[in-house]
Amino acid sequence: MTTSEQPQPTYRVLIGKPGLDGHDRGAKVIARALRDAGFEVIYSGLHQTPEMLVATAIQEDVDAVGLSILSGAHNSLMPRLIDLLAAKDAADIIVFGGGIIPDEDIAPLKAKGVRHIFTPGTSTVDVVKYLREACAERHASLQS
Amino acid sequence: MTDDSLTARILAGDVRAAGRLMRQVDDQRPGARAALDALFPHTGHAYIVGFTGNPGSGKSTLVNAFIRTCRQKDLRVGVIAIDPTSPYSGGAILGDRIRMQEHALDAGVFIRSVATRGNLGGLSRSTPALVQILDAMGYDIIIIETVGVGQDEVDIARVADTNLVIAVPGMGDDIQATKAGIMEIADIFVINKSDHPGADRLRRELKTMMSLVENPPADAWKPPVVHTIATEHDGLEKLFEKIELHRAWLSEHDRQDARAKRRIEHLIRLIVQGELDARLGRAMSSAAWRAELEALTERADTPWRAADLLIEMIGREE
Repeated sequence: MTTSEQPQPTYRVLIGKPGLDGHDRGAKVIARALRDAGFEVIYSGLHQTPEMLVATAIQEDVDAVGLSILSGAHNSLMPRLIDLLAAKDAADIIVFGGGIIPDEDIAPLKAKGVRHIFTPGTSTVDVVKYLREACAERHASLQS
Repeated sequence: MTDDSLTARILAGDVRAAGRLMRQVDDQRPGARAALDALFPHTGHAYIVGFTGNPGSGKSTLVNAFIRTCRQKDLRVGVIAIDPTSPYSGGAILGDRIRMQEHALDAGVFIRSVATRGNLGGLSRSTPALVQILDAMGYDIIIIETVGVGQDEVDIARVADTNLVIAVPGMGDDIQATKAGIMEIADIFVINKSDHPGADRLRRELKTMMSLVENPPADAWKPPVVHTIATEHDGLEKLFEKIELHRAWLSEHDRQDARAKRRIEHLIRLIVQGELDARLGRAMSSAAWRAELEALTERADTPWRAADLLIEMIGREE
């Protein structure tokens, strides 16, 4: 590996399954797609509390946290995670989500600070594209 | 976060600051250097334990159980869990910590997942520096869970004080053990999933293979074989005891110091190699090199003389 350029930044994403929801296929599909796109993906496993995910995100210095929620608990779990990140001075970490999230819940979640909700059927190509741009922006603003 | 405040915050135990510096180290940012220099005087206290074993041996589950044992004894634990980077995409799934999340909220435990980023040897290039950061923060034990075990993955032996090699009955581990350099790197063998059939047979095979080592010195350390069932937290006290015995042996035989020196030298070698690599890259992008390449295709020079030229250019830089 003989390169003289500054290596391209590798983005780190935590994919988390908060709450009681046991359906992890979607989360694993996203995790693999991100890996295939060059991301380092920390996969948390099932049954994480928002507190555990925030502690993990901070130890791992991730660029983004993706929450996969199919249980309907998104309106309590997502805002709680956002609040905890803010309390730890980590509001710059991108929070995005996916799973079963009704359209009418998306705007309030975004107002709370969730940057993007990927509805069922979103292609992994779009998720990768979104995250690449969002992480690049985050790195640029952290450097300034 | 400026470098000064980063260092101060890390020494005060700030997890976010430490996580940030670890990122900078992993990304090879030149800015990390100042903080690492400032942290170095605070290192040298942690005890480093390597966990190596084939996929499926239950490494992560064993690490999780071991963290529990350490915490019961009020020891603070840092963990570096390493997974392979895909050679095709450059990405990685870092899944070791799934098995360790029971400790996610314990302020006395710091778990960091790291990808190899193409580095061979079982560790990431950043691993020795990450160990330094955890050491400076005051963690008593630092666990390194390597990618796996293979003939080439023996760098852990240059970094850890005690090396555990984890085997599982019924997976043909006896053959693996002879092929790889395991015999040399193991300070302690762990037979995990020891409730499975074949555990005693594996124990006998490991002991037999150890007895085949020719002419060991009289005071040599004899690697014990410890049986565990990590999922049931069985055998962990025994394992901890054996690690303490090894630590005592290292210090009685003056090896603790030698291992520390070897660890520092390994880190320094990595730093120097990185710098040389970068210089080589610059030299090979130069006009002088392109001219030399032309000369080589016309057989006006030889590869070995061309290499001499590059070495001279590297030495001349700055």
